[in-house]
Amino acid sequence: MLTRVSTYLYRRPTLLLALLLGPPMLYMVVVYLGALFSLLVNGFFSIDDFSGVLVRQLTLRTYAQIFNPANREIFFRTATMAAAVTAADALIAFPLAYYIAKFASPRLKTWLLIAVTIPLWSSYLVRVYAWKLILAKEGILSWFLGVLRLTGVLEWVLELPGVGGSSLSLSPLGMFIVFAYVWLPYMVLPIQTALERVPASLLDASSDLGARPARTFRSVILPLSLPGVIAGSIFTFSLTLGDFIIPLALGNSKFFIGQAVYSYQGTGGNVPLAAAMTMGPVVIMILYLLLARRMGAFDAL
Amino acid sequence: METPAHPAILFDKVSRHFGEVRAVDDVDLEIRDGEFFSLLGPSGSGKTTCLRMIAGFDRPTAGRILLHGQDVSSLPPYERDINTVFQDYALFPHMTVAGNIAYGLMVKGVPRARREAQVQEMLDLVRLPGFGARKPSQLSGGQRQRVALARALINHPKVLLLDEPLGALDLKLRQQMQVELKSIQQRVGITFIFVTHDQEEALTMSDRIAVFHEGRLLQVGSPADIYERPASAFVAGFVGTSNLVSGDVARRMTGSDQTFSIRPEKIHVGPAGEVTAGNMYTVEGVIRDVVYLGLFTRYLVQIDGGSELVVIEQNLKSTSMDVLSARGQRVRLAWAKDHINVLAS
Repeated sequence: MLTRVSTYLYRRPTLLLALLLGPPMLYMVVVYLGALFSLLVNGFFSIDDFSGVLVRQLTLRTYAQIFNPANREIFFRTATMAAAVTAADALIAFPLAYYIAKFASPRLKTWLLIAVTIPLWSSYLVRVYAWKLILAKEGILSWFLGVLRLTGVLEWVLELPGVGGSSLSLSPLGMFIVFAYVWLPYMVLPIQTALERVPASLLDASSDLGARPARTFRSVILPLSLPGVIAGSIFTFSLTLGDFIIPLALGNSKFFIGQAVYSYQGTGGNVPLAAAMTMGPVVIMILYLLLARRMGAFDAL
Repeated sequence: METPAHPAILFDKVSRHFGEVRAVDDVDLEIRDGEFFSLLGPSGSGKTTCLRMIAGFDRPTAGRILLHGQDVSSLPPYERDINTVFQDYALFPHMTVAGNIAYGLMVKGVPRARREAQVQEMLDLVRLPGFGARKPSQLSGGQRQRVALARALINHPKVLLLDEPLGALDLKLRQQMQVELKSIQQRVGITFIFVTHDQEEALTMSDRIAVFHEGRLLQVGSPADIYERPASAFVAGFVGTSNLVSGDVARRMTGSDQTFSIRPEKIHVGPAGEVTAGNMYTVEGVIRDVVYLGLFTRYLVQIDGGSELVVIEQNLKSTSMDVLSARGQRVRLAWAKDHINVLAS
């Protein structure tokens, strides 16, 4: 019976392909793209200012609201944070990924990869609140800085406008630290995979042709692993753009995109504006990818 | 020609041990300036480790390596005036052919205009004019091979290392590249050190050959030396096919117990009882197997009171019908006394 099924499918490769790809494609198109499209359309609706009732008439008014000063500031703040987190993660992840891919023995490699991914086994909420305790005014970090007699430095940093706050656990800097921590695995793994695919003979060849290690890094390793860095940055950047838990837990009264969407569709009762705000990160990501392609990030693929 | 003061490469008691494994063990070797030198041996014989130590990718655990008299044992690859053609070519996939070839010059800071002129020269040398703008992925194996060669030669290194560069090519292309490599070497006059496990390749191209086995250097000599006067049973067996004759049969012929080797093509097959000249050794036996190979035929002959010998005869007059019917026949084998090579025991 099973043999007959296999033989039947063997003779009809198109049917086999349809059976294999059908369900995931259906899911992608209906659930994912459908939802995205619905968001896009909802953004063209608006809310009646007096009654707060949804007006199902196509208008650009809602999208225009994104550009009012308060919302522009939210976008700017979130995108800056996302960019900073992405840059920090790339800087931290690259040496680690390089070591795992090129130097670690197979045994150590397994252990390091487990170590990188272990945080993902526990709930993200737990980790965020653990960090809140670490960063708190009476927390372990400020205690440790006290031991090192660096309390003054901490206080100075917390007074910096736009970075500091009343304590690390209620400041953009604290948020930055937690964001960089929670998304780090998503940066390490793609870079490691990309580096894994760079043959060692290419590094030998570069050195053989007279390139010092810094030159080999710039001219061979970086260009060949750039698709991995871009892939990782897509994760860290878009995850930061859309997150609302970390700003909620560690932020001050200044909104991030995720929080704004959350409050507009909930207490604000303004679903069209929430939908329009959601399209923001989508557009930002598309622009980012176009820019990356233009700069040749995918040439080595 | 004046002999240069220093050899291109000198190995002074070089060893490379990986823990218990002696990849290269106490090797002394001298490679002359301007010669085409082959490191020949089966895989795991240490020839590639020697090459990697010359290039600087690996460092000897003992001994010194001298490049034109200068100790380079602890210099990194980028400070050695040596370039390598890698087994997998190791072309940079994100650069064009021209970008690959110009890499060494770019690293050295040669201005763009001069780089481009030299790249054109190199593309002409390896017969790939007009290929500069392509990516390595758009080239065939043979073309990549030439690009790898051009990329190394553009730096005018003192020594060029070639790590089994023809291994991935098919037979026709390989034979063509052998001739071409040799002619390029003669034109540029750079010392070529060629690693191969293919004895035919080594014999075809080299001025001299070093035979490696299990980390040790067994013999160094010209192709004719190595082929006609192998110093040991291993060399006799590895370079070409060789018959080893020992024991009673050997004593009957030479009056000594010492093993000697005789090449299959030096043995003459004739009918049993045939009278032969006095300067020949003769032995009778039975043909056990016949392999018809078109140009020649290979016989496996079981000699009386001894082992089996491989004999190769050209098919000058015989057809496949003639030779294949010879199976099972008694024959007399004969070879000239001065064609044997007595091996050191």
